[in-house]
Amino acid sequence: MKQDIFQAIADPTRRAILTLLAIQALTPNAMAEKFDMTRQAVSKHIKVLYECELIKSEQSGREIYYHFNAKKMQEFDHWLAQFRQNWETQFNQLDQLLTTIKKQNQ
Amino acid sequence: MNNDLLFDFNVDKAAKTVYITREFNAAQSLVWDAFTKAELLDQWMAPAPMRAKTKYMDFKVGGRRFYAMISPDGQERWAVQEFTFITPKTNFKMYNAFADKDENRELPGSDWDYNFSEENGITKVSITIYNESFERLEKLLEGFRIGFTMTLTNLENLLSTLSEKQ
Repeated sequence: MKQDIFQAIADPTRRAILTLLAIQALTPNAMAEKFDMTRQAVSKHIKVLYECELIKSEQSGREIYYHFNAKKMQEFDHWLAQFRQNWETQFNQLDQLLTTIKKQNQ
Repeated sequence: MNNDLLFDFNVDKAAKTVYITREFNAAQSLVWDAFTKAELLDQWMAPAPMRAKTKYMDFKVGGRRFYAMISPDGQERWAVQEFTFITPKTNFKMYNAFADKDENRELPGSDWDYNFSEENGITKVSITIYNESFERLEKLLEGFRIGFTMTLTNLENLLSTLSEKQ
């Protein structure tokens, strides 16, 4: 099943991982060390973040480095901006309707 | 037209909650009607050129509104609202879920909480939407996604209204 971006961001540890990755690319081992977690626990979080494309991987020699995928986050923010725009449109329509009704009632 | 009227839109991604606050230049009872009466809801709730059509609405606790958003090419997106709490003129809560044309709901849906208050003839409406998943929010948007045309049409309408008033 495709990972849900909301679920991914809802977890405080994953948000912390994203914050850290936004500053520098890290290997799973380095992440485990920084967060004082087991490799298994880190792998689980990586899997979730990777599947919803919030992070990207890059092979460097024998190591895999994970990067923050800012583009995906922007996409998400873009979605929300569109959602906001829809509401604005609806409310402007309601303004017009309220004006019309008030005129009729006068 | 409504430069002084508040419009707030905040998303708490961690809490999967959207907070919307908007002021309207009308009395609380009229704004309440616009949010709770089908014949009024259908006139503003779908962003043009989409339109909304309510098949039936039974506004009482446990009652439902069954409605569709219809796109210009005739596609219908049905949804069911179930009212779970009502304090007349000040608050109502509902559970909203998409459905097929036979009213079979697609769960999970989202929880909506509406609050109304009036001060100096201005009515403030605060809406809280809790979504269990982003996919759900995505669907909410998809329900009326028609790209730029919509925005531009509405902008045109708004501009013509504004210029008429001058």
